[in-house]
Amino acid sequence: MSRHRRGDAVVAPRQAPTGAPSAPGAPGEDLVVDARDLTLRFGGVTSLDGVSLRQRRGEILAVIGPNGAGKTSLFNCLTGAYRPQHGRVFFSPEPGTTHQLVGRRPHAITKLGIARTFQNIRLFPALSALENVQVGIEMRQRYGSLSTMLGLPHMRRAEREGVGRAVELLRMVGLEHRIHEVSASLPYGEQRRLEIARALGTEPRLLLLDEPAAGTNPAEKRELAELIQTIAANGISVLLIEHDMRLVMSVAASVVVLNFGRVIAHGTPAEVQRDPAVIEAYLGTENGESTADAAGAAADAPALGRKDLD
Amino acid sequence: MTATTTATTPPAPPAGQPGPARGARATLAAALLSLNGLRRLGTYLLLGLVAAVATGPDGTADEPLGAVRDSILDPRIVVFLLLAVALWLVVAAAPLARPLVTTLIARVREPVVASGLPQHRYAPIVTNLVLLAIAILAPLFLSGAARQALVNDIGIYALLALGLNVVIGYAGLLDLGYIAFFAIGAYATAYFTTDKALPVHSPFLLNPFLVMPIALILAAIAGVILGGPTLRLRGDYLAIVTLGFGEIIHLIANNADNLTNGPRGAFGVPHLSINMLGLEYDWGNDPMPYYYVLLVIVVAVMIAFGRLERSRIGRSWAAIREDEIAAEATGVPTLKMKLLAFAIGASVSGFAGVLFASKQFFNPQSFSLQASFLVVTLVIFGGMGSRLGVVVGVAVLQGLAYYLRDPVPPTDRYIYFGAVVILMMIFRPQGLIPSRRRKREIQLSEQGVGGADSLGGARPEGAQA
Repeated sequence: MSRHRRGDAVVAPRQAPTGAPSAPGAPGEDLVVDARDLTLRFGGVTSLDGVSLRQRRGEILAVIGPNGAGKTSLFNCLTGAYRPQHGRVFFSPEPGTTHQLVGRRPHAITKLGIARTFQNIRLFPALSALENVQVGIEMRQRYGSLSTMLGLPHMRRAEREGVGRAVELLRMVGLEHRIHEVSASLPYGEQRRLEIARALGTEPRLLLLDEPAAGTNPAEKRELAELIQTIAANGISVLLIEHDMRLVMSVAASVVVLNFGRVIAHGTPAEVQRDPAVIEAYLGTENGESTADAAGAAADAPALGRKDLD
Repeated sequence: MTATTTATTPPAPPAGQPGPARGARATLAAALLSLNGLRRLGTYLLLGLVAAVATGPDGTADEPLGAVRDSILDPRIVVFLLLAVALWLVVAAAPLARPLVTTLIARVREPVVASGLPQHRYAPIVTNLVLLAIAILAPLFLSGAARQALVNDIGIYALLALGLNVVIGYAGLLDLGYIAFFAIGAYATAYFTTDKALPVHSPFLLNPFLVMPIALILAAIAGVILGGPTLRLRGDYLAIVTLGFGEIIHLIANNADNLTNGPRGAFGVPHLSINMLGLEYDWGNDPMPYYYVLLVIVVAVMIAFGRLERSRIGRSWAAIREDEIAAEATGVPTLKMKLLAFAIGASVSGFAGVLFASKQFFNPQSFSLQASFLVVTLVIFGGMGSRLGVVVGVAVLQGLAYYLRDPVPPTDRYIYFGAVVILMMIFRPQGLIPSRRRKREIQLSEQGVGGADSLGGARPEGAQA
């Protein structure tokens, strides 16, 4: 299927008032993800309808939209859990290397450098916090079953290193006191952070977070925002699905808004909140669908936006 | 966990024991009368009933259920039920004796405990050494026939069950055709070691020890060939495909007269022997040398699989069992890891086939569907994912079958094995000696957490679109 880049028109690039983010798609721009024209259907239901998404390297990009807009479907297409009927995804772990992702299996995509968390937490419930993170770290280790059964020294060394790194990551997300606890017994917010630690264990270049703040309290949200900024500061690009507009405003450099499987807006958080199409999508004009969070946040957008754009 | 995790805190010591005397009586009452205690009583009574029927009079063709009626009406049943109640009381009282035992151990081992190492680390080592000593010394007190059973029914099946434990217990895949790899190992031995056993034979003849790696590799290849296309299937479908594979191999063995000698089987496979570097030994007809070879191999396999279980590979399997989609997303190549489990399980089975073939005459009956089910039964009974449990389970169940061979005709044996499996799955799905990880998974899935089900059923959502 040869298509022109029709999808780009949908993205509606804007010039940011502060001048920092330039229009996506400019030649020579360093993109970590360039998803083009993704279309995903389940029978008669179109979940994604020609969605395009570009993310600059090192950027924190948020994907927002009402429930059922296709945010998680987009994540599933990027990580190989779903295979879109058409469209392509280009992922560039390092400047200069690019991989096409559609058609690859999820574990291969993780190996290339995309890790994710899940909206409904999916830890390995009976494994300890440490073991959960170890699974992520050890996918990059090479020693095989034979050297394991013989207990060869290089395997033991790799295992020790893995434990060390896992402990480091657990400390980074603030779970060092939970190392040996069964992950299912952790409180909700800690499970979310453990999932992030497990994803970081795979040494990603791009981290996909699916509603990391859902069900967490305000204090945990602040910690989460700090954690996301720390991750980005370590050179990992972050793609974030989030309903909590305060969190989005405080961390994201730009925002993509999805509704009914289409991109309806793209820009800085402040711009997006002023966008009439976005306000309509959230508040609704006829069907009355609304998300209190987004509506409230849209109302006090300028105040929050100012802080973020500095 | 290795002792090198300096940054990790050691797990908390077990909770304080309840106070003496009055506390003990309350604990006992709770253990007896709680839901769990009553449930246990029910299990034991049902087990007693099964045992009573199993050892009772046989039915006749006219009246097949006469056996059940006669054995229940027989006063003997009272004995079985009393035994069940006694067992219930003993099990309930056992935790009360524990503080006593631990203080005793602590007294003996005071200096070690003082050095700061948690003492429970030593308990498994001591237990294992005691069990090993029992395994080494036990056959000396047994009759000739019992020694034969010890090799044929316990030793070989312990090896088979350890191999299947990798597939069922670690990777969570249900393989009902497991015995096919055993057959491949056995026929490969007959093919490579002698020109008399089968109508066809290898152009060069080998010592059975040299056939071991060949059989190992052949069985692993067969496992990969079977697993490659079928491991994409989920739980139940995989079971059906492997069942079919087992039947195919069995039928080929039975019907390919000019290849496998058909139902007459293979006679005259040489015994294990060593003849090199001035060392000469023939294992011969005596079961004892075979028993000790098997013992060494079983212990070696247990150690090797223990390492596997605690390594990245074992953790990947656990991850796949608990949440396959999350495992994929975390970078675990699920298909490859399942295939690895399949190949490792198959190669152990093929290896066991070599020992079996060199030990005794065999024919296709040894590789029937029933034998596959028997190994699955043994794994479930002993405790999926628990190496020690599986081996002890084999010893207990196969030992019972041996000692009850007179009251229970072998043809009826599988009826009672079936009853035991049903009871186990209802009342103690984690098996005789459960693995800690597996037990946790079963508890969690009872609370609705996680997708772990005992036989590898993954959640249906989120497949490739």
